[in-house]
Amino acid sequence: MIEARDVSVAIAGKRIVAGVDFAAYPGEVAAIVGPNGSGKTTFLMALSGELAYTGHVVLNSRDLLAMKPVEIAVHRAVLPQATTLSFPFTVREVVKLGLVGGRSGVLPGEDARLPERALARVDLDGFAGRFYQELSGGEQQRVQLARVLCQVWTPVLDGRPRYLFLDEPVSSLDIKHQLIIMTIARDFARRGGGVVAILHDLNLTAMFADRIFAMHRGRLAATGSPRDVLSDDLIEKVFDCRLRVGVLPAGNVPFVLPQSAVY
Amino acid sequence: MVDQSIAGPVKGLAGASEGDRSGRARIVILLLCLGLVIAVLLSLTSGASDASAVNVISVRLFGIVPDDAVLSARDSLIVYDIRLPRIILGMLVGAALAVSGAVMQGLFRNPLADPGLIGVSAGSSLGAVAIIVLGATVLAPLTAWLGTLALPLAAFCGGLATTLLLYQVATRRGQTSVATMLLAGIALAALAMALTGILIFTADDRQLRDLTFWQLGSLGGATWTKIASVGPIIVLALAAMPFLARGLNALALGEATAGHLGISVQRLKYTAIIGVSAAVGASVAVSGGIGFVGIVVPHLLRLLIGPDNRYLLPASALLGASLLLLADAVARTVVAPAELPIGIVTAITGAPFFLWILLRKRGVVDL
Repeated sequence: MIEARDVSVAIAGKRIVAGVDFAAYPGEVAAIVGPNGSGKTTFLMALSGELAYTGHVVLNSRDLLAMKPVEIAVHRAVLPQATTLSFPFTVREVVKLGLVGGRSGVLPGEDARLPERALARVDLDGFAGRFYQELSGGEQQRVQLARVLCQVWTPVLDGRPRYLFLDEPVSSLDIKHQLIIMTIARDFARRGGGVVAILHDLNLTAMFADRIFAMHRGRLAATGSPRDVLSDDLIEKVFDCRLRVGVLPAGNVPFVLPQSAVY
Repeated sequence: MVDQSIAGPVKGLAGASEGDRSGRARIVILLLCLGLVIAVLLSLTSGASDASAVNVISVRLFGIVPDDAVLSARDSLIVYDIRLPRIILGMLVGAALAVSGAVMQGLFRNPLADPGLIGVSAGSSLGAVAIIVLGATVLAPLTAWLGTLALPLAAFCGGLATTLLLYQVATRRGQTSVATMLLAGIALAALAMALTGILIFTADDRQLRDLTFWQLGSLGGATWTKIASVGPIIVLALAAMPFLARGLNALALGEATAGHLGISVQRLKYTAIIGVSAAVGASVAVSGGIGFVGIVVPHLLRLLIGPDNRYLLPASALLGASLLLLADAVARTVVAPAELPIGIVTAITGAPFFLWILLRKRGVVDL
């Protein structure tokens, strides 16, 4: 599991994250929600080991600070909000960069075809030969997810669970691909891995998250199952917006919920 | 940033996966090896003198004694003590400059980064000129202690100081701003050149002539002694660079993502900077300012085999070595029996090429 105790992060003297307690368990999708600027991404960066923090982060029973980048990379993969590429790599070459650490977990001979399998998973079959920079924003986001999946292809390695850190994984995706990506995340958890995802869509969060962490001004405002956390009061407090949970629109205004998807 | 000519799906070789250019890269590297052999033979046989390399080689290797023994001794001298060291030095310098360019571009995540462009070469020059001008006076203890290593070491330190300074100025919180890098490079180069100018101002006539030719860039002074002093530095630096390839590939996704993939980014950056400074410093020390090899060679190769550094770095070394040999062959023969500084040849072909890159990228690339 991943456990964070009393984690604080200050950037340029300004405290962005203050005393957050957090835990992500194998088999579960943990969603971090909160308004813009509430410290979600900063907290995930601390959890990834790329940002200095105070407090304790324990990854699979080891202190994160005592682990080398190459060791951390075996236990978790990170999908950032946006990735810019500086040279004209093909899609396949980008996805293959996920294998740099060399612990995808598949049998030695299977690594060669892994980029194609990962691309198929994110519904990008046949994109391998395209140039990354020519793709649309949503397609690029899915290429990056394919790369991240290659890094931790098997959710469990050497008996230890591995984790996917996803920072707004569906932010530029259409509804079909939002569902595909969230299903991949849930499937990764069902097979023994763990997922930590920053999400903005509360309906998707309610549908896919096992546990919600709501952040507000750098602090943890609430934590628990979607049923417990997504209440009128909490949403008003955290998002500063008066909304009511479970209310249908009046009259015949159409509305579409991801939960209505038929597979 | 995508070149129009290479847009569209990339087909691999027969049997390879689509988008996988590694097979093509291997073939290109094989062809480049062949090209280098041809360039070496061409350089060995061409020059102001009519010395026959074929004769010399047949004497040395196969013990065939030619009809005219006197002529043979002269030829042997020209081929063995003039052309051969010059060829070896040319290969070392060409490879060092091209690979340094590729590594810098990977490090700064920009295809326009080049040791000559961003002041690294100017810093190396400053170190080298300091030794040339002050070596007999102020720095005499240093030159006495280090001997022939003084010049390359001073050039290395100058290049290293410039690169480190540049990196500190241009990098904020793990992101390197390319605009800042180019501007800081211009400022650092100007500063280094001004300091070099002061040194030149104090130089005597004989030193002045040496300096002028050295600054224009030339492989003319190649001797076995020079190779012995800078060769090991360049070979070591070149040997270390392939270990950076995977890290540089990951770095194309950004420093944070490279870290997520398990790369020790800080160590990668410092190894790259020290390697580049050593290679460029050693090259500048022996051959002066030879420009544009570091930018033209990797760019051409990226069009051919893609940006994967595992292939780009060795291919750059091979093509850089071949191109410099050809440029030197041109420099030696075009105004024979006089000799053009090779820096003029590379600049006169490289600068228009550089402009052409900029034109093609106009509107698509943001600096």
